Amino acid sequence: MSIALALADAGRKPAGKRPYFLEPDVERVLAITMAAVQELAVARERIDTLERLLESKGILTRGDIESFAPNADEAAERGLWTQEYLARVLRIVQQEGESIAAADKGDLYSEDVAVELGAGAQA
Amino acid sequence: MIAAADYDGLPDSRVVGRHGMFPHTSHDDVARINFLAQLNRHLATQVAPFVKTAWETRARPKTEAAAGRPAKTRHEVRKALLGDPMFNTWSALRRMTMEQRQQAGRWIALREAEALAIQADALTEGDPNLSLDPGLKVPRYISAVDHHCMAGSYHTELFPGDVSAGANYDVGLFITTGGLLGRWSDGGGRAIVDWVKRERPDFRPRKILDIGATLGHNVLPIAAAFPDAQVIAVDVGAPMLRYGLARARALGIDNVRFVQADASHLPQFKDGAFDWVQTTMFLHELSLGSMNAIFAETHRLLRPGGLVLHVEQPQYTPEMPLYEQAMRDWDAYYNNEPFWSTLHEIDLDARFIEAGFSPDKLIHDKVSADARDIFPAAADDEVEDFGRKAAWRLVGAER
Repeated sequence: MSIALALADAGRKPAGKRPYFLEPDVERVLAITMAAVQELAVARERIDTLERLLESKGILTRGDIESFAPNADEAAERGLWTQEYLARVLRIVQQEGESIAAADKGDLYSEDVAVELGAGAQA
Repeated sequence: MIAAADYDGLPDSRVVGRHGMFPHTSHDDVARINFLAQLNRHLATQVAPFVKTAWETRARPKTEAAAGRPAKTRHEVRKALLGDPMFNTWSALRRMTMEQRQQAGRWIALREAEALAIQADALTEGDPNLSLDPGLKVPRYISAVDHHCMAGSYHTELFPGDVSAGANYDVGLFITTGGLLGRWSDGGGRAIVDWVKRERPDFRPRKILDIGATLGHNVLPIAAAFPDAQVIAVDVGAPMLRYGLARARALGIDNVRFVQADASHLPQFKDGAFDWVQTTMFLHELSLGSMNAIFAETHRLLRPGGLVLHVEQPQYTPEMPLYEQAMRDWDAYYNNEPFWSTLHEIDLDARFIEAGFSPDKLIHDKVSADARDIFPAAADDEVEDFGRKAAWRLVGAER
């Protein structure tokens, strides 16, 4: 089926070893970021189309969008969404922060626990 | 707010013509193409100038101090640039645009690969203008690395009748050239037709051979300009040729036969069979051995008085600054164009003469695409994108 082919193969590696110009870890993150940047532009263009179509059909004007101000309930809903969004995006920062205190409390790697349990430690 | 008259940036990619073989593109697909074209433009106009600044103020003084002398070759310049963070940032981003472009185009082409194959078949079933050779050995210069990061290159078939490589190529041409090739991405072909009509007004070719034709996008303007001529478009890639013929039929151009063959050996055509042999942005994808063989075969295939014309990026001459040469070499090292560097440094005239052409019958000129049909600002375009600009050198010979 073509959609499965597209999913599996659209991003296939071309023959030939890939050159890296930055630290590989940095270049990998940059590549992911640029893909996200691209998709933001794609979403932005779609929103732009939506606004223009709504305006051309007389449903709203883009002035309505520019001058829109949420009421208190709407602002709360949107504020909460933004909090949730940031918590999702910055999860690793939260977890790295929590790990500082956790280390002091004896936080272990799972593999170390495996060694410990394998050595016959009693709970 | 900005009015169209005040905007000199890239057009929306919807200006590209939708012929009957063009894949369906969603709103998001088109937006992705728009974005990637703008990103390429941004890297060329806003970031590449900083690479030059970095070379002049950091990398060059550093390498000159270390070596005790200025760089002597473009390779020394390139190696010095590899130590500079600005060159590396530009390079990493430029490589990513190539990879993202391939993924975006393949997403469009693969998603409806089966439907496109059926569509191509409907347009070309039993068509005498398609000659495929399933036993053709794909040359090493095509199979070793995938040119410009195009996974599967020109020749890979995902299933019998596959045209997805052609569809991917077609939908993405806008991205690297930003509309400078015109509505049908045929700026190279139109440029050569203009040159021939202007410089050889009495030339009446009846048999024309286009080598490395891919989709045939650059040969269609030639076929349209000489409708009484029989045009042969040769390529090694079956998906390109199937798609190319369907595309030509959809555009109403019926005097092009698409032939799968390796142009270094075309025994199916007799000595002196052609009035004109054409290639467009093709030589840099060869190997030295295959190029010599193609030049010799071209000499054999041309009738006395016939023309061979190659449209290419400029050669590295002593007048071209080493920095520009190093930047132009980027595609050779980082975009899977391994022959690009060698081609642009060799003495092409000597190769023509070796192939049998007379030294006093060689041709050198400049040609450029006219894309004002879709991109009014293109006429004044001065952006140098190191190998991507739609302005080329013409090298050739009269037999």
